[in-house]
Amino acid sequence: LEDSAGGPGPVVVWSAVSSIAWSVLLLPVTAAVFVLLSRFSLFHPIQWISECTSLLTASSSIFSLVVLCGVVLITGLFNLEFYTLVPSIPCSRMALLGTVLHPRQCVHSLVYCTMGMLVMWCASVTIGGRYSTLGIPCRQSESGEVVTCLNEYHLFLLLAGAFMGYSHSFLGVVQNMYYVSFQPIQQYKYPRFKGCLPMVVKCSVIQSLYSARNFAALYLFFGYAPKTWISSTLHLQIDSSLQPLDSLTGLLEFSLLYHLTISGTFLYFTWYLTVLLFRIYVTEVLKCEGFIVGYIKANDITLVPVLKMNLMFFALQDLALLSQHSLSRRLEVFSLSQPGGHPHNWNAISRECLSLLSELTQRLVAHQDAVASNGRVKSQSASSDTRSASLSSSEDIAETPRLGVPLRTPGSVFKSSVGGVHSALTAPFTPDVDSPFSSPAIRRLVGQQEPLSPWFGTVQSPHIMRRGPKLWSASTGETARLKLTFTLSLNHGFSLSKMFSSNVQLPEASSQALFADSQVHIWALQGLSHLVAASFSEDQFGVVQTTLPNILSCLVVLLEAVDRHFKLPHASSKPVRAVCRMGDSTYKTLRFALRAALKTAIYKITTTFGEHLNAVNISTEHRKRLQQFLEFKE
Amino acid sequence: MFPSPVHIYTDGSDAEDHVSSAFVIRHQKKRNIHHQTQLSLAANAIILAGVVCVWLQPCDLPSPQFTRDTLKGHSRPESSSRSAFLDQRDTLWMRSAGAWRDAGLYGLLDEITNSAEEVPRFLAVGSACVLALLRWASSFHGSLFPHLTLSSDEMVAEFSQMLDWSDSALRSFAWHPHTDKFAVALLDDSIRIYKSNSSATPTLKHRCQRSVCALQWKPLCGSALAVACQSCLLIWHVDPTSLSTRPSSGCAQVLSHPGHSPITSIAWSPTGSLLVSASPVDTGMMVWDVAAESAVPLQRVGGGGVTYLSWSPDGSRLLAATPSALFRVWETRMWTCERWPCLKGSCQSACWSPDGGCLLLSMQGERVIYALTFSDLTGGSKAASVVADLSETSFPGPDGDLTVGGEVCSLSWDPRGERLAVLLKGDSQAVNHPSVIAVFKTRSSPVFELLPCGFVMGEAGAEPRFMQFHPHFQHGALLTVCWSDGRISHVPFYFSSAGLLGGDSPQQALASNTADHSSNKLYTEQIS
Repeated sequence: LEDSAGGPGPVVVWSAVSSIAWSVLLLPVTAAVFVLLSRFSLFHPIQWISECTSLLTASSSIFSLVVLCGVVLITGLFNLEFYTLVPSIPCSRMALLGTVLHPRQCVHSLVYCTMGMLVMWCASVTIGGRYSTLGIPCRQSESGEVVTCLNEYHLFLLLAGAFMGYSHSFLGVVQNMYYVSFQPIQQYKYPRFKGCLPMVVKCSVIQSLYSARNFAALYLFFGYAPKTWISSTLHLQIDSSLQPLDSLTGLLEFSLLYHLTISGTFLYFTWYLTVLLFRIYVTEVLKCEGFIVGYIKANDITLVPVLKMNLMFFALQDLALLSQHSLSRRLEVFSLSQPGGHPHNWNAISRECLSLLSELTQRLVAHQDAVASNGRVKSQSASSDTRSASLSSSEDIAETPRLGVPLRTPGSVFKSSVGGVHSALTAPFTPDVDSPFSSPAIRRLVGQQEPLSPWFGTVQSPHIMRRGPKLWSASTGETARLKLTFTLSLNHGFSLSKMFSSNVQLPEASSQALFADSQVHIWALQGLSHLVAASFSEDQFGVVQTTLPNILSCLVVLLEAVDRHFKLPHASSKPVRAVCRMGDSTYKTLRFALRAALKTAIYKITTTFGEHLNAVNISTEHRKRLQQFLEFKE
Repeated sequence: MFPSPVHIYTDGSDAEDHVSSAFVIRHQKKRNIHHQTQLSLAANAIILAGVVCVWLQPCDLPSPQFTRDTLKGHSRPESSSRSAFLDQRDTLWMRSAGAWRDAGLYGLLDEITNSAEEVPRFLAVGSACVLALLRWASSFHGSLFPHLTLSSDEMVAEFSQMLDWSDSALRSFAWHPHTDKFAVALLDDSIRIYKSNSSATPTLKHRCQRSVCALQWKPLCGSALAVACQSCLLIWHVDPTSLSTRPSSGCAQVLSHPGHSPITSIAWSPTGSLLVSASPVDTGMMVWDVAAESAVPLQRVGGGGVTYLSWSPDGSRLLAATPSALFRVWETRMWTCERWPCLKGSCQSACWSPDGGCLLLSMQGERVIYALTFSDLTGGSKAASVVADLSETSFPGPDGDLTVGGEVCSLSWDPRGERLAVLLKGDSQAVNHPSVIAVFKTRSSPVFELLPCGFVMGEAGAEPRFMQFHPHFQHGALLTVCWSDGRISHVPFYFSSAGLLGGDSPQQALASNTADHSSNKLYTEQIS
C-alpha cells in the first residue's frame, strides 16, 4: 500500500491496461473498415472487394498493423499519465499559454506529431497508388533520363498527420481532453460503449473535416517550405510536369480531399476510441465491497498515509450509491462498534463529508472576499496558476492533496486510530469537538451569521452588490469581447496572437475553477442527505441525531455562500454548449449541478424530518432558512 | 339485487388463461399468483352506499374552468399561410436555399424536381430518383412503425395522456408533489400555476413552448417544472415567493437533443436528480442531468420509439412503453432493462403501487387491467396477470339504465395505495354509455385486493379526459379530474387509512353532505 500511494494506483492501472487491450483488439476492425472505405470504387465492386481482401491478408499490412498497435499503446500510456479527475482551468490567457508551452505539454505534442505521421504513413501505404512512397521515378523534361522525384501526395499526407497530431495535442489542453467526468447514471461497460460509439464516430469525422480544411489552407500558403526542404535534404527532384499541391487547382481535387478526410477520421477515431475506453474503464463503478465502510471495517486505513484523489472520488461515489441503494450497508453505517458501542462508521463518514463541504464554503467565502476587496480575483488566480502549471498529474495529486486544504487532509475519513479514539471518547453523548466548525475560519463565518453581527447581510452584501457590478460593468464591453474571442478561438482552432493580447481574467473561468472538483461535493451531499433521511427510520441507536445540527448548519452556511457566489457577475451565466467534441465540458456546469444538489439535499432532509426539525438545536437564523425549505419556498 | 359493476377475477386459473393469451410468457414456469378478492354483495353494498355524493371543494383548492372560446390556439403553421401571399418567382438558388431551410433534404429535392426546366436534366432526374427512393424507404419504415407517418402534432395527440388532446382546452395537468399547487397547460400554449390560498396565477409563456404534451414538477424542489414541448424540453424555475404573474422566459432552461422531438413523456426520478424524456420517433430515451444540461441517451432497438414513462415511487424501476406491442421495465441502478412483449396493442397507461412492487397496466383497445409484480428477492412475476375485467355492464342509474365499461384509457393509484381510479372509455354513439371513472379500493397486503367502490361521472356532455391523485391529501385521497368542458374538479375520498386502523373503515365521505347538490350535477353512483 505504501508503494501504491505513490503511483496512479493499482485499480486505475488495471483499468488502463484492460482499456488498452480492448483498443488494440478493436484496431483490426477499424483498420479493415478504413481499407474498405479508402479503396472504395462504386463501379467496380468485385474488384474493390477482392483488392481489399488481398490487401488485408498481405504481410505489409501486418507490419502497418504492428505500427498502429504501437501507436495505440503509446496513446493509452499517455491517457494513463495525463488523465485527471479535476480539470485544470487556466484563469487567464497567460496561464493558458503557460500550459501550452509547458515542457511536459511540448513533449506530448512532439510525440503526438510523430504518432500522427506514423499513422498517416500506414494510411498512405494502405491507400496505395500514388500515395504509397515518398520517392517516385520520373522523367526529366529536358534530358529525358529517369530520376527519383519527390512524391508530393505522400508528403502531403505525412504533414497532415503531423498537423493533426499537433492539433489533437493542443485541443487536448484547451478542451481538457484528459478530464474524466463521471456520468450521472451507472451503466455496464458494454452498453455504455455501444451508446458512446456513434458520438465518437461523429466527433472524429467532424474533427477530421475541420483539420483537413485548416491543413489545406496552411499547406496552400506554407507548403512550399517543407517541400523544398525535403527535396533538398533527400536530393529528390521536384517533378515539374505534375500539378503542384500548394496551389488551388492542385488542392481542390476530390479524391485527394476524400483520402485526406478518411485518413484523418481513421487517425482521430483510433485516438478517440482509446480515450473513450479509458474513460469507461476508469469511471466504472467498482464492485468490491465499498471503499468507505470496507476500509473502515478492515481498519487497514491507517496504512494509507494520504488518500489519493481518485480513491477519494471512488469512495464518495460509493457512499452516494450505498446511501441510496443498499439497506444492509446503510445499517452498517448506523451500527455501533461491538466493544464500546461507538458509531465509528457514521462519525468518520459525517466528519469527512462535513469537512469537504466546509472547505468548499471557505473557498467560496475567500473568493467573495477577494472580489469584494478589489474587484479582481487575486488569490484565486494565484492558486489557479499554480494549479494549471502543475498540470494536475496523478503524482501531483498524490503528493499535494489540493482538495484537502491545509486544515484537513482528505484522508481523514480513514484516518488514524488517534482520531478514532478521540471521537470514540466524545461521541455520541457529547457534541463533537472535532467538528468542522472548530476551525477558526468557519467559526468566524458562523459567527457572522448571528443576526446581531453588523457585518453580515446589512453591510457586507450590499457592499458586494454595489461594488461588484460597477467594477465589472465598467468593462462589460471588454470582457464580452474577450469572452467572444475566447469562445470563438476555442471553437475554431486557436490563434496564439489573441492569447498574447491581454492578461485579463477570463470572466467565467475563475468561477469554473472554484467548482472544478465539485463532483466530490455533490456526492458528499447526496450521500449525507440520503443517509440522514434514511436514519429517520433505520437508525436504531440515534447516532445521526448527534450530528444533525452540525450537518444542517453546514448545509445552510454552504447554501448562503453558494447563493452569494451566484450573485457575482458572470457566475450565473451558462457556458456555450459545445456541439460535438471529444473533450468533456461537464466541469463548466458543475457549479449549477452543485447548487441543485445542495438544495435537493436540504429538501430531502426537511421533507423527511418535517416538524421534528424544530426540536433540533440550531441557530435561529438557520432555522428561518430551514423553515423556507419546509414550506417549499426556495 | 343489482349487478356487480365490474367483473373481478376471483379464480386464479382463469386469470392465468387470460395471461397466456395476451402475453408471451417469458419462462415456462408459471408462478401461482392468485389475486384473491373478497367480493361479496353485502360488502359491496356497504362500500357503494358509503360513497354518497362527494362533490365539494375540499380545503380551498382552485378549480378553474377554461373554454375553447376564451383561449386562442396558436395560428396556423407557416406553410399554410403561404397562400395569403402573392406568388413571386425567385431564382433557383434562392428557392433551393429556402426549401433546404424550411423542409430539409426532402424540400430541396422536391424543389429541384419541380423546377425541371431550369436545372440540367441529369440533376432533375437524379433528384427525382433519390426522392422516390427516400419516400419508399420511409414508407417501408412507416409500415413497420405506423406512428412514424404521423405529423408531429398528430403524434403528440396520439400519445398524450390527456385524451382527445387536440380538441381539448386543457393540454396537460400536474400536481406539485409536496405543496398545494398545480400547473395546467392550455390550448394557447401557455401554462398557468394555481396555488391554494393565493389568487396569483403565474402564466408561463415561452417561444419554444408549443404543443405541450406533459408536465411534471421536480420532486424535492419548490420551483422547477419540466415541460415536454414539441421541439424541446423546458425547465421552468418559478420562484414560489415571487408575485410576478408573467415570469420571463429567462427563467426557463431549454434542453434539446437532435432527433429527440416531439417529446411526449417525461419523468423525474423521485429523488429529483435525474429527468428522463421520451419521444415516439427516437428509440433512445434521454436521461438528463438538468442542472448540468447534459444527457445520456439510453438506446434500445425495437419498438420504434418511447411513448410513455413512469418512474416507480421508490425510484428503483422505470416503465418505458413503446408505440408497438412492447414495453420495457428498466431497473435504475445499472440501467438494464427487461423486455415485455405483448401480443396485442401497445401499453396505454400504467401506474405503480406506492412501494414500487406492483405495476398495473392497460393495453390499447383492451378492457382489462394487467398486473406485474416486482421483487428484489424472487425477481417478480414472469407474466402479467389479469386483475380486473372491465367489459360493459348495464347498471341502474338515476335516469334509467347506464352502461359502464369499455377500453381502459388511464389508470391512477393514490399515493397511499388505497384507491385506484380507472378511466373507462364510453361509446359516444350510445345514449347511456358515457366515459366514467371507476374507483376501486385496493389493498396490497397480505394479498392484492381490488374492491369496487364507485363511479365518478361528469355533468351532461362532460367527459373525463385526465385524472391524477393529489400527492399528499391529509384525509384520504383526492382525485383531480380534467373534464372535456375545460373544468378541473377535485373529488375527495375521505377515509382513515386501513393500514393504521388494521381494518376497513366504512365511514367515508361523512362530512361531505353539505355540498350543494343542485349546482353540482357530478355524482357518484348511489345505491338505494
